[in-house]
Amino acid sequence: MKKLIAATFVGLAALLTMPAASAAGYDGDLMSANVDVSNQNALQRGARLFADNCMGCHSTKYERYNRVGKGIGLTEEHMEEHFVFVTDEEGDPVGVGSLMEIAMEDDYAEEAFGVVPPDLTLTARIHGEDWLYTFLKSFYRDESRPLGANNAVFDNVGMPHVLWHKQGWQELVEDEDGNERLELVESGSMSPTEYDRAVRDIVTYLSYIGEPVQLERQRIGVFVMIFLAFFTVLAYFLKKEYWKDVH
Amino acid sequence: MASNPDEKIQGGFLGWVDARFPLSQMWNDHLAKYYAPKNFNFWYFFGSLALLVLVIQIVTGIFLTMFYKPDAELAFSSVEYIMRDVEWGWLIRYMHSTGASMFFVVVYLHMFRALLYGSYKKPRELIWIFGMLIYVVLMAEAFAGYLLPWGQMSYWGAQVIVNLFQTIPYIGPELVTWIRGDFLLSDATLNRFFALHVVALPLVLILLVAAHIIALHEVGSNNPDGVEIKAHKDENGLPKDGIPFHPYYTVKDIVGVGVFLIVFFAIVFFAPEGGGYFLKADNFIPSDPLVTPDLIPPVWYFTSMYSVLRSIPDPFLGVVAMGAAVVILFVIPWLDRNPVKSMRYRSFAAKFNLAVFVVAFVILGWLGLQQATTAVSDMSLRFAQVYFLFFFLLWFLSRERSAGFSILAFLVLVAIYTFYDVVRFDPDEASLIMWGWLIPTVYLFVTMVAPVFARGLGRDRAVPQRVTS
Repeated sequence: MKKLIAATFVGLAALLTMPAASAAGYDGDLMSANVDVSNQNALQRGARLFADNCMGCHSTKYERYNRVGKGIGLTEEHMEEHFVFVTDEEGDPVGVGSLMEIAMEDDYAEEAFGVVPPDLTLTARIHGEDWLYTFLKSFYRDESRPLGANNAVFDNVGMPHVLWHKQGWQELVEDEDGNERLELVESGSMSPTEYDRAVRDIVTYLSYIGEPVQLERQRIGVFVMIFLAFFTVLAYFLKKEYWKDVH
Repeated sequence: MASNPDEKIQGGFLGWVDARFPLSQMWNDHLAKYYAPKNFNFWYFFGSLALLVLVIQIVTGIFLTMFYKPDAELAFSSVEYIMRDVEWGWLIRYMHSTGASMFFVVVYLHMFRALLYGSYKKPRELIWIFGMLIYVVLMAEAFAGYLLPWGQMSYWGAQVIVNLFQTIPYIGPELVTWIRGDFLLSDATLNRFFALHVVALPLVLILLVAAHIIALHEVGSNNPDGVEIKAHKDENGLPKDGIPFHPYYTVKDIVGVGVFLIVFFAIVFFAPEGGGYFLKADNFIPSDPLVTPDLIPPVWYFTSMYSVLRSIPDPFLGVVAMGAAVVILFVIPWLDRNPVKSMRYRSFAAKFNLAVFVVAFVILGWLGLQQATTAVSDMSLRFAQVYFLFFFLLWFLSRERSAGFSILAFLVLVAIYTFYDVVRFDPDEASLIMWGWLIPTVYLFVTMVAPVFARGLGRDRAVPQRVTS
C-alpha cells in the first residue's frame, strides 16, 4: 500500500511539472527559446528592442515603467528618457510610475491591421517562450497578404514583419521531400546569429514582464522548503516522543 | 453551581470563563478527552488537512478581497495589480489558486478513505451526508471563484456550465437568464458570483464543516479495521483502543501538516500554474465574449463529472446523468448494507470493485480534459457505465449472493448496455464499440460471476474484536 501511495504521488508530481499543451493552436515543432531571465544584460537589450520596435502598437499596460527599470537594472531617469513615449492630456510625458500604455486608438488599429494588437504583458504566460521565439523568427514574404508578410506559426497574422530591416526577408520554400521550410532570401542589418540573439532578448524581456516576481519567487521558495523540511523533521520527533507510551 | 467542588479548585480566569461559557468542556469534548482509535494510518491525515486548506483559503481570500475589484471592466487588471503592485500579493494569490486545487485533492483522498474503511456505515451516515454536502458546496464555491479573474477560461468555462441549465425543458432559457442576471454572461453575473463566492457559500461551508465534526465527535471515529472501539471499555469507561485526540493526534497531524505544506508550497513557489492544470494559459487572456477558445475544458476537479455529461449525446439527459453521478454518492450508506466496514476484511470482489471505481474516476477525469473525439466520447461512455455500475455492486456485494441470482443479474445488466450498443451501432466504429464493450463486461464478470465459481473471491473475512495496532 505504501509503495502504491508513493507511486501515485510521483506520478502526480510528474504531471504537474509537465508543460501543458500550448494555447496557440500551432502543432508544428517549436524552436527552443532557451531564455535566462536572470541575465540583466539580455533583459536590458530586450527591453530596448521592445520599446523601439513593439511599443508603438503593443501596450504592456499591467506593468509600470519604473518597476520594469528596477527589475532589469535601469534607473528611473533612464526609463524616463528612453522608454516613456506616451504623453498625458496636457502633452507632457506621463510619469515614470505610470502603466505602460500606448497612444494608438483601438479604432485606428483595427482599420490599419484588421485587429487590435494585443497587450503583451502576459503574452509569455499565454503562449510560452518557445512559441514567441519561433513566432518572431517565422515571418515570410507573402504578397497575398495586405501587409506583404505572413507567419509560419500564426497563419494569416495581422502583424507586419516589423523586424524585417534586422532579419531581412524569408520565403516559404518546398524542398525535395515536399516539406515546407523558411529560407532567408534577402539579408537584413543583422546576421542570422545576431537576429537570433535579438529575438531571444525580446523573449527574455517578455518572459520577465509576464511574471516579474518569478526569480524572487523561486529564491524565497528554497528557504521555505528548507524551513518546512526542518519543521517536519522536528514535528516527526515530537510525535515519536509523545507516541512512545501508545501500545 | 456554587456547591460544585471542581469550580473552587479551578478558579482564576479560566474558572471565570467556564462559569459563563463551556470552554474547558468544549476543549475536552473535542480534543483532550475525545478518544480516537489508536490505529489511524496515512489516510486519516486528510480530514485535518482539509480544515487547514479551508483556513488558508479564507485567510488568503480575505486579503484578496481587499484589492480585487468585482467589476467586468476592472476585474482582470485588478488581479494583475495584486500580482505586481500589492506587496506579497503574488504569494497570496498563488496560495489561493493552489489552495483551490489542493482542497479537491485533499477532499477526494478523504472521501476515498471513507469508501476504503466503510466510514459511511451505521452509525456514521449523517457524517457522510454532511461531507457530501460540503463536497457539493465546495464545487459551487470553486466554480463561482473561477469566474472572478475574468479571463477567457473564467468566462467561457462559466458560460458552458451555466448553459447546462438551458437544457432543462420549458424553464431552461428563463432559468439561465435568471442565474446570469443578464442575457449574456456579464458584469451582473460577475457581481453575484462574487457575492456567492466570498459571503454566501463560505458561510454555508463553515456551518457544514461544523456539523460534520459535531456528528463525528458524537459517534466517534471509525478506523482502518472498521471495529467500534466503544465496544471495549476499561474500568474508567474509556475505550481500550482509544487515545485522547490531544495530544496524540494533534502532534501526529502536525507531521502531516508539515509534509502537506512542503507539497503545497513547492507548487506555490516552483510551479504555481500546476503544469497548466491549476492556472490555465488561456486565463491570462482577458475575457472576450466575441472570441471562443478552441477547447474549454473545466478545471481538473470537475472533469470526471464533465465526462459523464459528455458521454451522453442528448444534452438534457447528459445533465441528468452528471447530476445523478453526484447525487448517487449521497445514498452510498443505504446501498452498501454489508456489515463489514473495512476493505481489509472485505472479499476480493469488493476490493476489486473499489479499485475499478477509482481507476474509472481518474480515467473519466483525464478524458474530460481532452477534445471530444469519437474515441474520447466512447471511452467516456464506457467508464461512465463503470462509474454507475459501481453503486449497483456496492449493493450487490452487501452479502453473498446465490449462483442463480448472480448470473441472472449479470446477464440483465450486460443486456441493458449491450442493447444500447446495438441501437447506436455504427459500422465505422465497430471495433471501438466492441472492444469498449469488454470494459464493463469484464468488470461485472469478475465481481459477479467469478465468485459463483470460486466462492473464496466473494467471501468476506472475519473481523477482529479489537483493532490490530
